[in-house]
Amino acid sequence: MTHKTSRPIVLVLLLLLSTSTVSPASQKTSSDRSVAYAAPGASASDQQINHVLNRLGFGGRPGDLERIRKVGLRQYIEQQLQPADIEDKSADDRVAHLASLRMTRDQIFDQYPDPGQLARNLGLRGQNQSPNPADQAMARGKLQEYMMAYDLQRPQQLLQELITNRIVRGVYSERQLQEVMTDFWFNHFNIYWDKGADRWLTTDFEMKVIRPRVFGKFKDLLQATAQSPAMLFYLDNHLSSVPDARIQGRRNRPNNAAANRRQPGINENYARELMELHTMGVDGGYTQKDVTEVARALTGWTLDQPRMNANFIFRPQMHDRGEKIVLGHRIGANGGMQDGQKVIDILAAHPSTARFISTKLVRRFVSDDPPQSLVDKVAATYTKTDGDIREMLRTIFFSEEFMSPKAYGQKMKTPLEYVVSSIRALDGETAGNQQIGRTLSQMGQPLYQYQAPTGFPDRTDHWMSDGALVARLNFAVTLTSGRYPDTRVNLNRFKDAQAAALFIGSPDFQKR
Amino acid sequence: MSKMSQMSSQNRRYFLKSTGLAMASFAAAPAFLVRTAMGQESTASGQDKPILIAVFQRGAADGISMVVPFGDRSYTSARPQIAVAAPRSGGADTAAIDLDGFFGFHPSLAPLKSIYDEGHLAMVHAVGSPDNTRSHFDAQDYMEAGAPGNKGVADGWLNRYMQGSPKPGNTAFRAIALDANMPRSLMGPAPALAMARIQEFDVRGPNDRRQPSGGGELSAAFEAMWKNSTFDAIRMLRNANPQRFQPENGARYPGGQFGQGLLQMSQLIKADVGLEVGFLDIGGWDTHANQPGQLTQRLREFGEGLSAFYRDLGDRMRNVVVLTMTEFGRSIKQNGSGGTDHGHASALFVMGGPVKGRKVYGKWPGLAPDQLFEGRDLALTTDFRDVFSEVLNKHMRAADSTKVFPGWRPGQSLGII
Repeated sequence: MTHKTSRPIVLVLLLLLSTSTVSPASQKTSSDRSVAYAAPGASASDQQINHVLNRLGFGGRPGDLERIRKVGLRQYIEQQLQPADIEDKSADDRVAHLASLRMTRDQIFDQYPDPGQLARNLGLRGQNQSPNPADQAMARGKLQEYMMAYDLQRPQQLLQELITNRIVRGVYSERQLQEVMTDFWFNHFNIYWDKGADRWLTTDFEMKVIRPRVFGKFKDLLQATAQSPAMLFYLDNHLSSVPDARIQGRRNRPNNAAANRRQPGINENYARELMELHTMGVDGGYTQKDVTEVARALTGWTLDQPRMNANFIFRPQMHDRGEKIVLGHRIGANGGMQDGQKVIDILAAHPSTARFISTKLVRRFVSDDPPQSLVDKVAATYTKTDGDIREMLRTIFFSEEFMSPKAYGQKMKTPLEYVVSSIRALDGETAGNQQIGRTLSQMGQPLYQYQAPTGFPDRTDHWMSDGALVARLNFAVTLTSGRYPDTRVNLNRFKDAQAAALFIGSPDFQKR
Repeated sequence: MSKMSQMSSQNRRYFLKSTGLAMASFAAAPAFLVRTAMGQESTASGQDKPILIAVFQRGAADGISMVVPFGDRSYTSARPQIAVAAPRSGGADTAAIDLDGFFGFHPSLAPLKSIYDEGHLAMVHAVGSPDNTRSHFDAQDYMEAGAPGNKGVADGWLNRYMQGSPKPGNTAFRAIALDANMPRSLMGPAPALAMARIQEFDVRGPNDRRQPSGGGELSAAFEAMWKNSTFDAIRMLRNANPQRFQPENGARYPGGQFGQGLLQMSQLIKADVGLEVGFLDIGGWDTHANQPGQLTQRLREFGEGLSAFYRDLGDRMRNVVVLTMTEFGRSIKQNGSGGTDHGHASALFVMGGPVKGRKVYGKWPGLAPDQLFEGRDLALTTDFRDVFSEVLNKHMRAADSTKVFPGWRPGQSLGII
């Protein structure tokens, strides 16, 4: 395929490819299929290299295969596990214009105001609002003028910058595994961008909470999410309080119907998902009583002002001071903020958590049906290393199960993986524009907008509906015919655009 | 006001009594009402195939806010701030809408009241899954698999219905979910389609952003490569062109995914593409905080959507049943955030021509503290499989619904269909 070939030949080649390789070299290595994993020093097969490119990252770019052959596959994996040592200026430069990604929460609240609230503050909406359409249009115009004068933008821009960042970094970053792990952990601790204040808090959640911790200790990640404004808001823990609490500002707020409707008490939402989805798993061995006790322990972990600065604070007056029993562990009375801390410790150290996190990682990197042998090894690593994520990944990547030919092509690419790997495979350039974000939604993956705390399911059958297939084929056509703005692909290895569309629209290219 | 909503319950009873009277006297009535009244079997034309539209309220909808048991003295005491007010004379728009002196609709469900009065909308209360999980994800999975407590069932209940009741002349559109991802209920060996929007279901040509390729060279090459039925479905939809059907009878669908999904279901039914099982989602029911505000908005969309669908299809509703479901209900007591936490039993809706409506089915377990499930939730008196299998047996004429729900024996028939 380095030469322009006629379409039938391209088709035959496509059918021969067992992985989504873009290199012609992969066909000559079928005899290497039986090699479980190249020993240190031994050279890896091209299929193994392609497998690693597909699983530790978003597929290869032309030239990646040769580059990895040179450094050695084992060394490449080790490098990916130490992203801080990988030069990534090119990717950084391409997202440097996404200003919101580097802002504090205060700056974000200031510069991306809720347009409705702003209109009310400016007296352009509210009780004195004119029913006359012409007046309303004028009010809208004034609001727009005001926003332009003070360089304010709409919150929707925050979402777009997050999506653009994921696409552009996926395409260009040399720290491919870091991008994959960001996707994995965000999805594990999923929040929903459209839920109230989370429009302003999701950026902070990804940039400051998730991204810096994707290779660290699981407990640090858990702890950071537990105290993150985005999670406290999304799963309602900021509202949870002891039933007889006297909440500040509760009285004398005649205009706040929602607040007056509350009678203080616990809210189980976060406590349940903390155990079910973040740590132990639904079969991890907790009871309804444990859910209630965890919720009691976490009362008082709240937000200062959810829609102003949204700082995490502990409010003693909301906290349940009584004794709690969580999974058989006694948490003594009057522990204050430490009660929540103890819950995190108990959950992070629980064997169910080791098993649950290991199963999810193996499902992501190896197979929809995670081999139990490998899950056990990864769980043992978790226990031995105090939940060290990098060590768990190392256990996976250097296992026979991961490198087994049985694992090749066993995962269906998610829409994000498909889109990014397509652009990479075609040696493309992109600015990650809105249209590509919309395409992801049509394929069934609206980034940052999955409402349920489970995150997107990590299973082939979830992604392959007829409608999603049509959306994938249309993406292939649109991409290769150059119709996405600010996105170009290189077709010089193909006879024409149609041949390239058939390459990325093929069944094999949907797999990783 | 449309003809449909003018059909008072009095009229309906009149129809039931006056079997055999000249059809001319009922010129204003939808034909299916008359046919039901006269006990006629529907004719055998393609348009008379029974159709089931399943609606999943994901997130655990609060049954006692949808169908408010204002007659239960414990209702208000459990929810001092967030209970829906009992119906009052004067009809404040924040009060429940009386149905039978004990239950009332949430005020946002007002658009459904006339359908209820006409006798084509029924509710089942204290219904749900006997498994006591309060995990959304497990409970949805159990309900969609049709197998509470059993994680080993790979396919969905609607798919197993289709496997067990093969119909001659099935088309690719026998089962469709209007969602980019296939819902669990329809997963399995029997073919089903899932797509976010029918107007996007076509492969585009390389030179044209909006217009579909109309089956061009590229589309043919993709078809040769994929060798699956997607392309038959694309051709069929292109020929049927369902988008040409505009809402009828003054029906107005609400904006948003649910309303637009129902509109597209109606278009597929009118285009006669062979739709037998439709599936739609409506989310946003996990009301842990500020429940009244959230439900006012969610139930408006829900009620307006179902009402528009019923009106729009008019006479075609004679062989359509809409069945709603939710994974569990919510705690009876309000929590500390003006909301409710995860509970047990909830309520569901059954709407359509074949439905014996104007009734809230199911035994009411009561809301007094000693009547609650695990001391906190609405107890369950009807297994969801009793309702689902009655719809499959009597409406869809399923060959054997016990295969749809493994390891389960139906209880007594509720008599909804």
